[in-house]
Amino acid sequence: MDEDLILELKGITKIFPGVRALNGVQFRLRRGEVHALMGENGAGKSTFIKVITGVFPPEEGHIFLDGEEVRFKSTRDSLERGIAAVYQHPTTYPDLSVTENIFMGHQIKKGPVMNWKAMHAKAAELLGRLNANFDPKVEMGTLSVAQQQMVEIAKALSTNARIIILDEPTAALTANESKELYRIVKQLRDEGVSIIFISHRMEDMYELADRVTVFRDAQYIGTYDVDGITTADLVKAMVGREIKDMYPKPDVEIGEEVLRIENLSRVGFFKDVNLDVRKGEIVGLTGLVGAGRTEVVEAVCGITKPSAGKVYLNGEELHIKKPVDAMKAGIVLLPEDRQKEGLILSWGLGRNVTLPIQDELSKAGFNDEKRERLLSRDHLEAVDTKAVTIFDPASSLSGGNQQKVVVAKSLAQSGTKVIIMDEPTKGVDVGAKAEIYAIMGELAQKGYAIIMISSEMPEILGMSDRIFVMCGGRVTGCLSRAEADQEKILHLAMKETAKGGENAEEEVAG
Amino acid sequence: METKKTGKVASFFRKLTGNHEISLALILILMFVVVDILSGGTFHTFGNITDIFRNNALTLLMSLGMLLVLLTGGIDISITGVLAFSGMTIGLMMKNNMFAGVPLPLRIVLFFLIATIIGTVCGFINGIIIAKGKVSPIICTLGAMYVWRGMAFIISNNSWASALDVQGFSDFGKEGSVGPYIILIVAFAAFFVLMKWSGFGRKVYAIGSNKEAARISGINVDRVQIAVYTIMGALSGLAGALSVSIYASGQPNMQTGKEMDVIAACVIGGVSMSGGRGTVLGTLLGGIFYAIVYKALPLVGLESIWQNLIKGVIILAVVVINVVTQRTMKRRTLARREI
Repeated sequence: MDEDLILELKGITKIFPGVRALNGVQFRLRRGEVHALMGENGAGKSTFIKVITGVFPPEEGHIFLDGEEVRFKSTRDSLERGIAAVYQHPTTYPDLSVTENIFMGHQIKKGPVMNWKAMHAKAAELLGRLNANFDPKVEMGTLSVAQQQMVEIAKALSTNARIIILDEPTAALTANESKELYRIVKQLRDEGVSIIFISHRMEDMYELADRVTVFRDAQYIGTYDVDGITTADLVKAMVGREIKDMYPKPDVEIGEEVLRIENLSRVGFFKDVNLDVRKGEIVGLTGLVGAGRTEVVEAVCGITKPSAGKVYLNGEELHIKKPVDAMKAGIVLLPEDRQKEGLILSWGLGRNVTLPIQDELSKAGFNDEKRERLLSRDHLEAVDTKAVTIFDPASSLSGGNQQKVVVAKSLAQSGTKVIIMDEPTKGVDVGAKAEIYAIMGELAQKGYAIIMISSEMPEILGMSDRIFVMCGGRVTGCLSRAEADQEKILHLAMKETAKGGENAEEEVAG
Repeated sequence: METKKTGKVASFFRKLTGNHEISLALILILMFVVVDILSGGTFHTFGNITDIFRNNALTLLMSLGMLLVLLTGGIDISITGVLAFSGMTIGLMMKNNMFAGVPLPLRIVLFFLIATIIGTVCGFINGIIIAKGKVSPIICTLGAMYVWRGMAFIISNNSWASALDVQGFSDFGKEGSVGPYIILIVAFAAFFVLMKWSGFGRKVYAIGSNKEAARISGINVDRVQIAVYTIMGALSGLAGALSVSIYASGQPNMQTGKEMDVIAACVIGGVSMSGGRGTVLGTLLGGIFYAIVYKALPLVGLESIWQNLIKGVIILAVVVINVVTQRTMKRRTLARREI
């Protein structure tokens, strides 16, 4: 083996209850290289990073550092051996100073007391090395995301890290800030630091990486030289499989328009969003995480206030100020975070289902428990034939079954016309996923208009009649079921960032 | 045979410990018997028991409002300030012979009504500040506590309403009168129904269990929060009038520090400080528990200087037991989850 490897992982398998998050994957990192790790959401990249840093010990497999087998029990172990990770969202203490953030956990002390002078000096030196010109005494929370990321990198350097892992570092950065980050990464590489780089952006990879490793469905697909692979091949490696048949999308006669969103904007989140959905239609809304999809539907449902734009239901303009207005109009949101926003976990299933309609059912302010029980049982049976008792607490169900309860909750509301599902199969195993798709199909047949937000390419392609793609808070395109494919969607989802990349190239050329 | 029997005993025991109200009632009965024996049979007299309720009528009454506040995940420490302000106001009205022309029974009702309305307004202000201003409940009510207590001192202008001033009105709460008991019975019955069967009651539980889910389910969280603090205020005002009536005086410093007793009674009764869990029955038992300990200490020969220590130990013990049983219940629920 003439490769100069600093880190090698072989046959890594990580199992979570019910899910194989990593299945015998491998990874080889050369000394002083920038190595990109790519794959769809849920391909296992983040889990893999956590295996390297010792957050999750793997069930199977071996990790070699400098050719010597190691076992990390915690992040402390990996830090001591020179591996540091910088996460997507800076995990910092906003009320503490930059210096305190950098030295959190490995403070410089003089006897029993903190040596602030030495720490400030060292922090200033590290920031200077990154060409970051701000005072280490300022509060972390006053810095921009890009600056916070630099502090995180400085923190990694302060531990003398030889391997730095960057998890989607450019996701929250503007084009210029990204360029600054590229510069820093290149500088670190030249200083001999090895870097693992996770990103959804093609341009990040082309700009920085020497090699790229692709994961898909918890499996290792391959490692390629960046110079030797085309975008098309890479996208195929990331998503390539025949998927349309796994989804029981029924042929539904699509009726008249039900919901139309016109030029909806919310300052700082999304701008000029146009979207419509018809009776019996399933509209997919996709894009990268952070593209503004959830924010749009939250504004439609009255959870947040849009700053401009109009929403029409059956051709009439709606004025939705709070969630109850949307519900009364017949628009129901199934939130992404079921446990936090969809269900009251300590309550029985029946009460959860009737929570939004208890006032309609009540008589003179008193709950009609008998009617509630009958109604909730009917609706729960409609989404799941498996016998469940309505008194079981929601916390006793698995993720997939909890999702079905949320669906039942939305159906219990009479007058429902539009059902918006935000990542309906997130955290759900394959079997329950299929059941949820089947329910979704049935709902469309019954004439509901459905908007499905999803980051999962297969379910977007498999279930949608039309697909709206968002990027950077704007709708970048709408594809029909016939014309849509992964490449087109990925292209639209990265439209703005790709433009940024072209500009960068021009500037580099100039 | 043997194993079957122990299994049955175990499941019976589990049922007992799994339900906070039942275990608390059992401990209460046990404690009652022990204290009765130690005091040589003087504890279980009718007069003594009614005394316990009369002496703790204010705490018991306000614990109902506190239950609602705690269920939403909030807290209200301004209650005794509101009590003092409303009580002082009607005390001074009596001192100045206002409404002297109104016949006595009607006058009593009138003063109770005035005190309750004052309390309602105070509570409504708390509710608005907390729900609309998004101020943390403990900070808002901390301020309100000083404001209303201070108002009580200012309007009293260094004087107080004496037994002579409140003569007539104090007939309602004096020893032997059924007045305080009727108020307690009606209030507990009404709140029991409200929290168990009304839509409002369930919304209070929903907000305390998961505020976000409640909001997305179309519940007007702000309105429920305002209602809860307003009810708390109304009960504090009512307690202000009751206090003047029972103790036959109105002083600006009345019931200082008792808000902690009210919160403690709720906590002993199994009400969660983080919201969503707690019942009217539990609150009643918690209040009685607290009252019996108070009353029993001198009877079993412990001097009053021991009272605070014993109270503190009991609260800590109950909270620790609560945490442990909650954890076992959670584990049982999780064990049922299919994987």
